[in-house]
Amino acid sequence: MAGVVLLVVLWELYKALGPATGVVIGDLTVLPRTTDLAMPHVWDMIGRLFEPSGSGRNAVPVWLAVVQASLFSLGVAAVGWVVGVFVGLLLAILMQRFRTAESAVLPWIILSQTVPLIAIAPLVKRWGSTIEIGTFTWENWMSVAVIASYLAFFPVSVGALRGLNSPDAIHVELFRSYGVGWWKTLFTLRLPASVPYLLPALRLAAANAVIGTVVAEVSIGLRGGIGRMIIEFAQQASGDPARTWAPIFGAIAIGLVAAGFIALLGVLLRRYRRGEVPA
Amino acid sequence: MSDAFVSPAPAATTASVTPAAVEVVGVDKIFTAKKKATVTALEKVDLTVAPGEFVSLIGPSGCGKSTLLRLIADLDSPSLGSISVFGKTARQARLDQEYGIAFQQAGLLPWRTVTGNIELPLELHGVGSAARKARSAELLALVGLSDFAQSYPDQLSGGMQQRVAIARALAESPRLLLMDEPFGALDEMTRERMQTELVRITAETGAAVVFVTHSIPEAVYLSNRVVVMSPRPGRIRDVLTVSLGSAAERTEQLRENEAFFENVSRVRELLHGEAPVGIRGVETR
Repeated sequence: MAGVVLLVVLWELYKALGPATGVVIGDLTVLPRTTDLAMPHVWDMIGRLFEPSGSGRNAVPVWLAVVQASLFSLGVAAVGWVVGVFVGLLLAILMQRFRTAESAVLPWIILSQTVPLIAIAPLVKRWGSTIEIGTFTWENWMSVAVIASYLAFFPVSVGALRGLNSPDAIHVELFRSYGVGWWKTLFTLRLPASVPYLLPALRLAAANAVIGTVVAEVSIGLRGGIGRMIIEFAQQASGDPARTWAPIFGAIAIGLVAAGFIALLGVLLRRYRRGEVPA
Repeated sequence: MSDAFVSPAPAATTASVTPAAVEVVGVDKIFTAKKKATVTALEKVDLTVAPGEFVSLIGPSGCGKSTLLRLIADLDSPSLGSISVFGKTARQARLDQEYGIAFQQAGLLPWRTVTGNIELPLELHGVGSAARKARSAELLALVGLSDFAQSYPDQLSGGMQQRVAIARALAESPRLLLMDEPFGALDEMTRERMQTELVRITAETGAAVVFVTHSIPEAVYLSNRVVVMSPRPGRIRDVLTVSLGSAAERTEQLRENEAFFENVSRVRELLHGEAPVGIRGVETR
């Protein structure tokens, strides 16, 4: 909270004291212009939230439009997160089980993250549009969720693999001495032991899913989400600079909700985090 | 899985009716590593442990005593020779839960309570929750930790954790206990108390014990027989029969006893080879 206040104070202080043309060294602008167009007042941004979003007939207040768009994006991101976590865990378990799978799959997992998101988004959309099974048809939001999961699975698979391999040799040998199989060892030893490694991975996955959703919404052109709204409002920024910030606040709020959810998960799983150094 | 048989009857009755608790015949263990010289950890090792007998393996670091224990536990397999546990192969004995094992580290699962840890092997083998509860209560009483049933391992001292580990090893009433320096990480006072308790516990359960240690007084105090090993390659140099009386007679006074010191120095002489060592008395570490 103090951080937010500090940020606001810094913003307004610079706006009040900084030169209107920004700080320029040579031909290079190193600090932004302080005009209302570039840096609207914080209270203008907040005030704008409670005014109608457009001049149209059925215009709703900006905040309501942002909340609706945020909820939509959050839902898509959540689906992407769940799918990503599931796939990531599955890959990690596979890699833990078969050493050859680790050397075969891990490079591909790492490589997969070097592919630019913008490049795959239209591809996913095109592939998706060819899928039609019975009454099930592929919709655009599913493409967005797939891209979100594409970003989300990576930290989970890497983190979970480390976690699954984290039990001490002594524990593994103890389970061997009990003569129990790999599956039982997985559920009673490896999965519980992986929780301290898994939680940060899940947090990263949540952040990635949100970013993936927002970016994919833009590049696929999915309506209704916060990503599209950011673009729409930004295009009208010259006429309505304060409004541009509204969907950005929305995107931040989504991130906070996602982080809060993971924190809650961490509380629920606190039994498995004993001995972990409190961060 | 009952501890039906009666009292520790060492050495004498070996293999007459019941098969030996552990029978190691002509075992070699050679570790081969890539791009490294092969290491002969054990060479021509023969050892028989009778049911209910307490046998210590002692020797300098790298003499293969832990390796031998791991072979008996089927955590590793011998390069040559055979190992049988209660007349079965080591693998079958492991699968049949013929032994309980304790390591130098307690190795408790941090997310389980003391009770949960003791019940772990029972749970894994599908014992009902009522039976589990009864057994863990019994074992907690045996190791004197009834008040800590619901504590987590990180709330316990090292000695208490090790006692939980021993209780866990005893959970399925094994006829054989394998212990790899279980008191190695404890301070001297805790260590002596734990030794006294271990003597009592093994007497109560009637289990045979193979105990790896590098403390001479510990080996002498606990054992019916002390197996002295020499390093590179690991061999059994000698076996010393210690006769210090039954468990009831092994009290704290024993540590001041003349016979105790005699045995300690005999083990020491065996460990150091032919040359007798001048200083006598209890090794303090």
